[in-house]
Amino acid sequence: MPKILRILIWIAVALLGALALATIALHRGEQINAMWLVVAAVSSYALGYRFYSKFIAAKLLTLDALRATPAERLENGRDFVPTNKWVVFGHHFAAIAGPGPLVGPVLAAQFGYLPGTLWILAGAVFGGCVQDFVILLFSVRRDGKSLTEMARDEIGRLGGLVAYVAVISIIVILLAVCALVVVNALKASPWGTFTIAMTIPIALLMGVYLRTLRLGKVLETSALGFVLVMLAIWGGQWVSQTASVARWFTFSAPALAILIILYGFAASALPVWLLLAPRDYLSTFVKLGTITLLALGIVALRPTLHMPALTRFIDGSGPVFAGNVFPFAFITIACGAISGFHALISSGTTPKLIRRETEARMVGYGAMLAESMVAIMAMIAACVLQPGIYFAINSPAGIVGQAPEAAAATISNWGFPITAAEMHALAQSVGEQTLYNRTGGAPAFAVGMAHIFSNSLGGQALMAIWYHFAIMFEALFILTVLDAGTRVGRFMVQDALGHVWKPLGRTSWYPSILATSALIVGAWGYFLWQGVKDPLGGINSLWPLFGIANQLLATVALCVATTIVIKMGKASYTAVTLGPLVWLVAVTFTASWHKIFDPNPRIGFLSHAAQLASAPIANARLIFNDRLDAVVTGTLIVMVALILMESALEWLRVLSGRKPGRVKESPFVATRFAEEQG
Amino acid sequence: MKIIRILAEQFKSCGEIFLAALREIFDESAYSRFLSQRQLASSRAAYAAFRQEHEVAKARRPRCC
Repeated sequence: MPKILRILIWIAVALLGALALATIALHRGEQINAMWLVVAAVSSYALGYRFYSKFIAAKLLTLDALRATPAERLENGRDFVPTNKWVVFGHHFAAIAGPGPLVGPVLAAQFGYLPGTLWILAGAVFGGCVQDFVILLFSVRRDGKSLTEMARDEIGRLGGLVAYVAVISIIVILLAVCALVVVNALKASPWGTFTIAMTIPIALLMGVYLRTLRLGKVLETSALGFVLVMLAIWGGQWVSQTASVARWFTFSAPALAILIILYGFAASALPVWLLLAPRDYLSTFVKLGTITLLALGIVALRPTLHMPALTRFIDGSGPVFAGNVFPFAFITIACGAISGFHALISSGTTPKLIRRETEARMVGYGAMLAESMVAIMAMIAACVLQPGIYFAINSPAGIVGQAPEAAAATISNWGFPITAAEMHALAQSVGEQTLYNRTGGAPAFAVGMAHIFSNSLGGQALMAIWYHFAIMFEALFILTVLDAGTRVGRFMVQDALGHVWKPLGRTSWYPSILATSALIVGAWGYFLWQGVKDPLGGINSLWPLFGIANQLLATVALCVATTIVIKMGKASYTAVTLGPLVWLVAVTFTASWHKIFDPNPRIGFLSHAAQLASAPIANARLIFNDRLDAVVTGTLIVMVALILMESALEWLRVLSGRKPGRVKESPFVATRFAEEQG
Repeated sequence: MKIIRILAEQFKSCGEIFLAALREIFDESAYSRFLSQRQLASSRAAYAAFRQEHEVAKARRPRCC
C-alpha cells in the first residue's frame, strides 16, 4: 500500500475516533447510540496499537527478532512450546478474560457512561496494555519467571514478599466478591439455581465421557456440554413454574453462601479431572461464545444508551456503591482498564509459549485491548437499560427500601422515573419473581444482555431464556474462577507452609490438602458471609476492597517494570511505565484513605464502625467486620508503600551511578526462527 | 478468479489458525504433544497420565479476574 494512502487512512481513523469521543463526551441531555462507544473504542485501540505499542516495542523494549525465546531454548513439549502467535493470543485472552471487566463497568455505570468509558479507553491504552506487554516481555527475557520472582530479583526480597501477600489477598477478596455476585444473582431464583446446579452433573458427565469414550476430544465434549447446559436452561423454566419443584431450588442469600462455601471446599479437595477440568472447559467454551455473540448483538442492534453521560452520583452519594467519581470509578472499573492479575498471567504460561520476541506486542498489548473491548460491551449492556431499572436492580434494600413501591418512589425521586408495575412486568418477562436489590452487577448485566439478544434474535418471547442464559454464563464463569482460585490459593499456602514444616508443603498429602483448603475457603468464606449479612448489600465494601487490592498488584507490577526499564539504561523512556504507576498510586492510595478514614459512614470503614457502635443496640460482628476491612486495606497500602520506597531507592542508586544498572536477563541466544523473520 | 482463490486460501488459513487456537485453549494440542513426545498411542491409560501431569501444572496457574 502506498505510504500516502496509509497516512490518509490513519488520519481518517484518528478523526473518526476524535469525533466519536467528542460525541460521547459532549452530548448532554439527549441519548446517544451505543455505536459511538464502539467506534471510539475501536479507533482508540487501533491508534494505540499501531503507534503507542510500536513506539514501546521499538524504543523502550527494543524487541529483538533474532533473540531466541525460552519457548525455543527450553522447549520441552510441556510448558515451553514455541506456538503460533494467534494461538498464543487466543490462549492468553482466554486466560485474562475474567468476570471483572463484566461486573466493574456495570457497577461504575452509576456515574453515567462517560467516566467509566473514558477510563476504560485511556486506562487500557496507556496503562493495562502497557503493563501486560512489558511484564510479558521481561518474563520472556528471564526464562518465563513469575512476577514475584522478578520482583525479588530486581527490587529485593521485600518486593517478592509484597507481591506474594498482594496475590494471596487479591485471591481471597476476589473469590469472596465473585461468590457474592453469584449469591446475589441466584438468591430466590429457582430457574438460575437449577441451571447452575445442573452444570455440576453435566461437568461430571463430561469428565467421564472425556476419560472413557472420547479421549482428549475436549472441543467435542465441551460442545456436548454446552448443548446439555442449554437444555438445563430450557428445563429451568419448567422448574420455576412448577411450585413443588421450584421450592427445592429456591434459596435465601445466606443459604446460597453456605452452599457455595461447601462447593468451594469440595472443588479444592476433589481430583481435578472429575469436576474442575470439565467445568473449566465448559466455562471457557461458553465465555468465548457469549462474548462473540454479545459483540455481534451490539453491532446488529446498535442500541440507544438510556443512561445519561453523567449522573448526580458523581458526588459520591451513589446507591450502588458510595464514593466520588475520583477515585472510585477507577477502582471499580479495575480489570477493564488495568489489572494487576494480568501481570501474573503475563509472567506465567504465556511467556513460555511465545515463539519470537516481536510477537509479545500482539499478545501482551493486543489481548488486553480485546479485554478492554469486553468492558466497553459490559458498559453498553448496563447503559441500554432505563436508568430507573438499572438503579432498582443494583440498589440495596438498605438504601431504597424493601417494599417495591418505596424503592420505585425513592429511585423516581432521584430523577430516574420507574414504577413498581414496570419492575414487576420486567421481572415477569425474565422469569423472576423480583429484580429489586439484585446487587453485584451480574443481574443488571444479564438484563441488558437479554435486552440486546432478544431484540436481535427471538424478540420478547425469548427474553427469559436469554436472561437465564446470561445468568448461567456469568455464574458458570465465576464459579470456575472460584474453584480454580481456591486451588491456586491452596497451593500458594502449601508452598509457604512447606518452609515451616515440610509435610505441609506436599500437595499430595491429604491432611495438608484439607487443612490448607479449609484455610483458603475459610478466608474467602468469611468475607462472603460478611457481604451477605451486610445491610448495604456487601458489594459496597467488598468490590472497592477487591479493586484496591487488584490495582495495588498492578502498582507492584509497574514498580518491577520501571525498575527494569531504569536498569536497562532506558531512563529517558521511564514515563511509559512511571506515568501509569503514578496515576495508580494516586488512585489507590486516595481510595484506601477514603475507605479507611472517610467520615461518611457509607464510605469509611471506621466511621461506619463508629456509627454502629453508637447505635442503641450495637452489632459487634458488623463492627468487627468494618475494622477488619480497614486493617486489610491498611496492611495492603503499607506493604505497597514499602515496595514503592524500596523501588525508588533502587532507581536513585542506579540513576546516581552508585549501583551498576544490571538487569538479570537470560543470555542472548540466536533464534533458529531467524529465517522466518522476513 | 485469482482474487477468489486468494481469498479462499486466506479464509482457509484463518480457519486453521482459529481451530489451532481452540485446540490449544482446550488442551487438545497439549495431549497430541504428550503422545508424540512419549511415542504413545491414545488410550485410557495415556490420557489419564496426561491429565495427571497436565493438571498438576494447570491447577497452579492463577485464573484472572
